[in-house]
Amino acid sequence: MNAAFRPSRRNFLKTTALAGGGLTIGFVLPAASRLAQAASEFKPNAYLRIAPDNRITVVCGLSEMGQGVLTAIPMLVAEELDADWTRVRVEQAGVDQAFNNPIFGMQATGGSTSVRGHWEPMRKAGAAAREMLVAAAAATWKADPADCRTEKGMVIHKSGKKLSYGKLAAKAAGQPVPEKPTLKDPKSFNILGRGLRRLDTPAKVNGSAKFGLDVRLPGMLTAVMARPPVPGGKAVSVDDTKAKAIQGVRQVIQLPQGVAVLADGYWQAKQGRDALEIKWDDGPNGGLSSAGVTKMLTDATTQEGKVGRNEGDVGAASAAKALEAVYEAPYLAHACMEPMNCTAWVKPDSVEIWAGTQSQGPSQGILSQVASVEPAKVKVNTMYLGGGFGRRFAPDFAIDATLLSKMSGKPVKLVYTREDDMRAYFYRPASVTRFRCGLDAGGKPVSFSARVASPSIMAASGFMKIPPNGVDSFAVEGVEDLPYDIPNLRVEYARQEPGVQVWFWRSVGHSQNIYFSESFVDEMAHAAGKDPYEFRRDLLGKQPRYKGALELAAQKAGWGKPLPKGVHRGIAVAQSFGSYVAEVAEVSVGDDGQVKVHRMVAAVDCGRTVNPTIIKRQIESAIVFGLSAALYGRITFKDGKVEQGNFDSYPVLRMSEMPQVEVHIVQSTEPPGGIGEPGLPAAAPAVTNAIFAATGKRIRRLPIDSTELKKA
Amino acid sequence: MISLNVNGRTMKVDAAPDTPILWVLRDALGMTGTKFGCGIALCGACTVHLDGAAIRSCVTPVSAAEGKKITTIEAMSANKVGKAIQAAWIKHDVPQCGYCQSGQIMSATALLAGNARPSDADIDAAMSGNICRCGTYNQIRAAIHDAAAHLKA
Repeated sequence: MNAAFRPSRRNFLKTTALAGGGLTIGFVLPAASRLAQAASEFKPNAYLRIAPDNRITVVCGLSEMGQGVLTAIPMLVAEELDADWTRVRVEQAGVDQAFNNPIFGMQATGGSTSVRGHWEPMRKAGAAAREMLVAAAAATWKADPADCRTEKGMVIHKSGKKLSYGKLAAKAAGQPVPEKPTLKDPKSFNILGRGLRRLDTPAKVNGSAKFGLDVRLPGMLTAVMARPPVPGGKAVSVDDTKAKAIQGVRQVIQLPQGVAVLADGYWQAKQGRDALEIKWDDGPNGGLSSAGVTKMLTDATTQEGKVGRNEGDVGAASAAKALEAVYEAPYLAHACMEPMNCTAWVKPDSVEIWAGTQSQGPSQGILSQVASVEPAKVKVNTMYLGGGFGRRFAPDFAIDATLLSKMSGKPVKLVYTREDDMRAYFYRPASVTRFRCGLDAGGKPVSFSARVASPSIMAASGFMKIPPNGVDSFAVEGVEDLPYDIPNLRVEYARQEPGVQVWFWRSVGHSQNIYFSESFVDEMAHAAGKDPYEFRRDLLGKQPRYKGALELAAQKAGWGKPLPKGVHRGIAVAQSFGSYVAEVAEVSVGDDGQVKVHRMVAAVDCGRTVNPTIIKRQIESAIVFGLSAALYGRITFKDGKVEQGNFDSYPVLRMSEMPQVEVHIVQSTEPPGGIGEPGLPAAAPAVTNAIFAATGKRIRRLPIDSTELKKA
Repeated sequence: MISLNVNGRTMKVDAAPDTPILWVLRDALGMTGTKFGCGIALCGACTVHLDGAAIRSCVTPVSAAEGKKITTIEAMSANKVGKAIQAAWIKHDVPQCGYCQSGQIMSATALLAGNARPSDADIDAAMSGNICRCGTYNQIRAAIHDAAAHLKA
């Protein structure tokens, strides 16, 4: 979700300047004075507090969903502050414009934007505080600040005198706030670039970390909802006699989007929900089927679409050899380990929610409308997220919990069962892409065209609009920005809306489009009679960062070197969210068609590194997510109903299937790129290209169908 | 009223006998370290020990725990093997989102308690019922081997 938000950096400057109030330093350090401040603490801005006991608290407005943001953000502040890392702790912020994501212009976590957006502001926050501490020490000693340096939470005078930040805290608070704090030369970084342990790990190994589902309030009821089995359906009649007879069931509430049973605990609420007798009107989607979706999308690729990119003239280019192929990817659920949930407490003039949410800012606005209160009267408590992957950017669980609290007059925890979660839509869009390519007699590509047919996430999001050219950039990203040097190139988007709510899913459009484009490029290499690695490399002369990642992955994987019998390699490269990732898969295919992924070697160029351990883990994590989708992932519809419900019908990778993973980092001085998502897109095509190398069978549809790979 | 032994303490709980142990722990006793993931024993997030054996508390009725000992993630730091597993989890920076990790740790602790030096195949067999959507499996494997070596030393 980067493209649509690009202009909003300016909005951030504006909004935070407005929100600034008293103690404000430009756009970097807004709003400290509006937030509660303990008298003895030094609180130079909204993001940082230094206590007299030297404890440093970094306040983070971003959501921790496993990507390590509650460690990365404190590292940015601590580096420029010259803090003693062992004294740094992190605290989750509430909702406040001070914590707007600079890339989005609203408080939200997604699009692999956290480090990219906060790389400079958080370092400036630390640097400004450091300068104020130095000024306080210099004043104490009646010395020149230029004769003072800082190290591990101490200001040190050239004479050897020292004062700790904690001792200086009270005096530093009275110092003028520097307008343009000086940032370090990256060569002198001693926190950034180190694989420091995550700050959230201890709470996550003893059961004390509090996720949304762990919230408990006095007098709280737990709600489980019956939702229409077909998207857009409505309850025609509800008989709740049996539900209300269950011990512990307190209320049954009908909403436009379903019927909720409120009870003392989850088990009673779920039993109550299951006992409801509801007649549903399936509405316009009663006939929805996956075969119908495939046909709708495939047919659309034969019609002209809206033009997203057009270079040269693909029609006029003369080719010795022509290729055409159609690729397809299904709808996907996120299947976060923690099912969606939200606890809401609506009072006469205020709303408070507790949730694992990626969208504090938008939620505040939406819930203020739901409960008819001022936005400032909506308090959002961000809990740990048991996985996000884009799903927790959606407001559905917060809206329904707020409505149920409003109507019942009680604090309500709304819990989705696993099946509710998987069938609640907000899917990664299904997509079909038709490619055409022309090669000259020497095997060099002279033309490339792609027509992508899929629903629009921008239109579905509720907060974005498709731009005037009619091309949803999420639908075409990963195809539209094809990096290879081909003189005639055309990419079109044919929007189709089968009627299913679509949403952001880890790496968004890249998740299917890189699979499409990197598979088709592999077909081109094969048609040209060239090695798939060399073919790509030759066409990336103008793309040094793609090429650098590709070369490092190939080298580390031993591309071209012999493998054990039956094991074959495939390669793919992708850019997404400002980072470049190449992956080599080592795969074997059994006589029964079963695909075994033995090893994945990745190379990532994500610019300057904040925490290399977290970078490697995020790439590995995204590879696993991509492999689950490639091997198993699909949401299908029959008679309008979702056919999957739990991990039996929607399998994901397990321990016994886990490949070895190696991640190598390209050394770079470029600004940081994203890291939560960019490891995902190349995983599927690296595997399917390896399957082609193993079997000669090109996989043009996900998930991989092992029955098609069975030896005859 | 049902009498339960949870982490060495005897407690009385007012719950229907068919209520899964998971919801007695979470809703009646307020012990939220044990997680809800799938409700049908497919993901392992709810794993606890019943008389030392790893079980899925989301499908085990509380009546089955009468006269037995329930042990949860909250008691792992008081357990020699559990403590070694937790230390290895920290050393290998295993958790990402962390939601599945209570269940992973309970499965891993039960494995090591019965098999001091598990092979990779043993780990596959004992741990494949625990799903991690963040994909921390390789770190889990390394941490189990490390904890086993540490306990033997």
